[in-house]
Amino acid sequence: MDLRYTAEEQAFRNQLAAWLASEVPAHGPPPPSDDWEARRAYDTAWQRKLFDAGYAGINWPKEYGGRDATLIEQLIYFEEIAKANAPYVGVNFVGVLHGGPTIMAEGTDAQKAAHIRNILAGDEVWCQGFSEPVAGSDLAGLQTRAERDGDVYVVNGHKIWTSFAQVADFCELLVRTDPEAPKHRGISWLIMPMDLEGIDIRPLPTIEGEGEFSEVFLEDVRIPVENRVGEENDGWRVTNVTLRFERGTAFASDMIHLQAFVQDLIRTARSITSHGVTAWEDRALRREIGHLSGQLESLWAMVKLSVCEAKKTGVPGLGSSAVKLYYTEVYQQLTELGVRLLGRAGLSRSDVADLPSSLFLSRHFNAISIAIAAGTSQIQKNIIGERVLGLPKEPRPAARSHHRSAPEPARS
Amino acid sequence: MDFQPTEDQKALRDGIRSFCEGQIPNERIPDLEKSKGFDRGLWTELAEMGVFALRVPEKDEGIGLGYSEAVLVFEELGRRLVPGPLVWSHLAAGRIPGAASGERVVGGLDLHGGIDEATTPILVEHFESLDVLLVLRPEGLFELDPRDLDAKEVDIPLDPLTPVHSIDSLPRGEEIGDAEASARMRLEGAALVSGQLLGLAEGALDLANEYAKTREQFGRPIGGFQAVKHLLAEMFVRQEAARAGAYNAGATLDAPEVGDVERAVSSAKLTAGEGAIRNARGCIQVHGGMGFTWEVLAHYYFKRAWVLENVFGTQDEHAERIAGILEKPGSGS
Repeated sequence: MDLRYTAEEQAFRNQLAAWLASEVPAHGPPPPSDDWEARRAYDTAWQRKLFDAGYAGINWPKEYGGRDATLIEQLIYFEEIAKANAPYVGVNFVGVLHGGPTIMAEGTDAQKAAHIRNILAGDEVWCQGFSEPVAGSDLAGLQTRAERDGDVYVVNGHKIWTSFAQVADFCELLVRTDPEAPKHRGISWLIMPMDLEGIDIRPLPTIEGEGEFSEVFLEDVRIPVENRVGEENDGWRVTNVTLRFERGTAFASDMIHLQAFVQDLIRTARSITSHGVTAWEDRALRREIGHLSGQLESLWAMVKLSVCEAKKTGVPGLGSSAVKLYYTEVYQQLTELGVRLLGRAGLSRSDVADLPSSLFLSRHFNAISIAIAAGTSQIQKNIIGERVLGLPKEPRPAARSHHRSAPEPARS
Repeated sequence: MDFQPTEDQKALRDGIRSFCEGQIPNERIPDLEKSKGFDRGLWTELAEMGVFALRVPEKDEGIGLGYSEAVLVFEELGRRLVPGPLVWSHLAAGRIPGAASGERVVGGLDLHGGIDEATTPILVEHFESLDVLLVLRPEGLFELDPRDLDAKEVDIPLDPLTPVHSIDSLPRGEEIGDAEASARMRLEGAALVSGQLLGLAEGALDLANEYAKTREQFGRPIGGFQAVKHLLAEMFVRQEAARAGAYNAGATLDAPEVGDVERAVSSAKLTAGEGAIRNARGCIQVHGGMGFTWEVLAHYYFKRAWVLENVFGTQDEHAERIAGILEKPGSGS
C-alpha cells in the first residue's frame, strides 16, 4: 500500500507539467460551445499538438503511435491536464477512447492503416452510433437493420445520443445483421463514413438547450462489407471491449476538476452574506462542504485502488462501477450545494450580481447526466449486485430471441 | 505507486482474519456478552499475534510494521466484532510498559474536539478491564490509574460488548506527553478506528448478502429483487469508499510526503464512519423483522459502529476539520 511515485513516474509528471505550462496558454480559450466547426478545429488542433509531443493515445500501444503509458502514468496524465486546465479529448472522445481502441483490438490491417494514425493525430473525428430509442440500457435490443446486398450492407434505422455527429467523419455503428439469432448474437460493428447518402442528422438539444447529442436517421445507407470490424454477428463482443474501457478511467479527469469546484464553492460562500455573516461562516455549510470534500478524497483513493488493481489484472475491474456510483453521488451533492448557494441568483443561467450562476448550474446539469451516461446508476447497481456480490440475476425474457420477443422500450 | 496491499500485507491480513474467525465464530459472538466483551485469554492471544506490538520498532521487541499494516489488522478486528480497548492498547504499546505484551490493558479517553467537561458526561469504555487509563487533552497526554477514579457503570450500555462507566470528576493524572503527542495519538487513533469501521462495513454487508441469497419470498431469493439488490450494491459502494479512505489514511501516515496527513485521516474517519453506520442499518433492513431481533447479529454491527463513530472525532467534527484545512491559502486541490 505505497502511495509514493517512482522516480520514473515523477519524471513523467514533471515533463508533462512543464509542457502543459507552455502549451495550454498558447492554445487560447475554447470557442463557444454551440459553434461546432470552431470546436472541432480547436479540439483537433490540440489533439495534433499532443500527437506531435508524444502525449496522444497515452494508453495506446507504441506500435500504433501511442505512448503505452502505465495506468499510473495515465492517472498522472489526468491529474496534470486537470491541474493545467488543458483541453480534454473533446470531439476526439469517441475516436480516441472507443473507435481507435476497438480497431486496434479487432480491426483488419487495412482498417488499422486507414484510421489509427488519423484518429491519433486529430485528422479524423468519430461519433458513436450505439443507442437507439428502443435500446438504451438494454443496448443489445438494438433494431437498426443491415441487410447484405453483394459487398455492401444496406442499413436502415434510427440512432440516438450520437455525440459529435454534426462534425464527425466516421461513426462506430452497431447494426443487427441476424434478426433470427438471440439478441446478443445478431449484432455487427461497422465503420460508417458520415458522408454517405441516406444519413440525416438532427440535433437533440439537451436539458441545457444545446449540447453534443444528435439523432441520426439512416435510410438505405450502403456501407461496404469491408468496413465491418470483427466477424459478422460478433459485434456484441467487439463492443464490450470498449464499453469496459469507458467504465475504467474515463471520469478521472472530471473528478480532479471537482476538487477545484470545491474551491469555487468556498469562494462563493465567502462572498454571500446573510444575517451579517458570510455563508462560509455558517457552521452547517462548512460541515457540509467539509464532508463532501472528505468523500472526494476517498473517491480519489478509490480510483487509485482501482487503477492499481487494473495494473495487475490488465483490465479495469468491476470495482469501476462502485467508483462511478460514488462519483455520481458526491458530484450531485456538491453541485446541488452550488445551486443552493446561488439561491435566487440561480433563476438566471447567465451570471448575475457577480455570482457564478452559469458555472454552478451547468455543473449541476452535468452531474445529473453522469448518473445516466455510460451505464445508468441502476445498471451499475445491477452489475455490482450480480457480478460482484453474486446475487441472482434479473429475469431476462428478451434474452432468448430478439425476433420472437421484441425488447421492451428502454430509455437511457 | 502501488496502492494495493502487497503479498506480505495480504498474508498478515489473512492471518488475523483466520485467527479471529477461529476464536470468534458467529455463534460465539453472543457468548461474549457474558464476559462483558472482555476475555483476558483472548487478549493475550491477540497480543501474541502482534496486534499491539505491530508498530513498535524491532529494536524494542516489536514487529516494526507501519500504519498500512495496522489499518489492515484493525479492519479484520472490526469485521469480527472483536471487543476491547484494542486501539488504545495498540497506541500505548511502546509508551506504556506491558501494553505491547498484553500484560496491561490500556484504555483511554479523548477530550479533544471542544468537549466541555462541565456539561458532557465523561464515559469510559471497558473501564473494569483497564490497568491504565490514558487521557488525551488538547494540552497534553495524561496517564491515570483507574483505581484512583470513582467510576459508576452505566445500567445499559449501547453495545452489549462495550461496557461503559461514568466518571463524575476526572483528576488530571500524570502528564506523559505534550500537546503535540496528544494530537498525534488522536490522529493515529482515528486512522486505526477507520480500519475497524471499514471492517464493520464489510462484516455487515457480508451478513446481509449471505441472507439475501438464502432467504426466499414470493418463491425467489430476496437478493434477486432489484429493490434489495440495489440496497446491497449501495452498501458495497460505501464499503469500497470506506476501504479507500482507511487505506489512504494508513498509506499517507506511512509516507507523509504524498499528501496532507490530517486531511487523509479526517476523510477516512468520516467515510468509514458513514460506511459502518449505514451498512449496519442496511444489514438490519435486509434481514427484515429478524434484523430487529437480538438473535440476528446485525445489531452488534450497528451498535459497535455508533461506539466507534464517537471515538477520536465524529463525522461532523472531521468534516469541520477538513473545512478548516480547505480554507487555508494554497489548499487548491
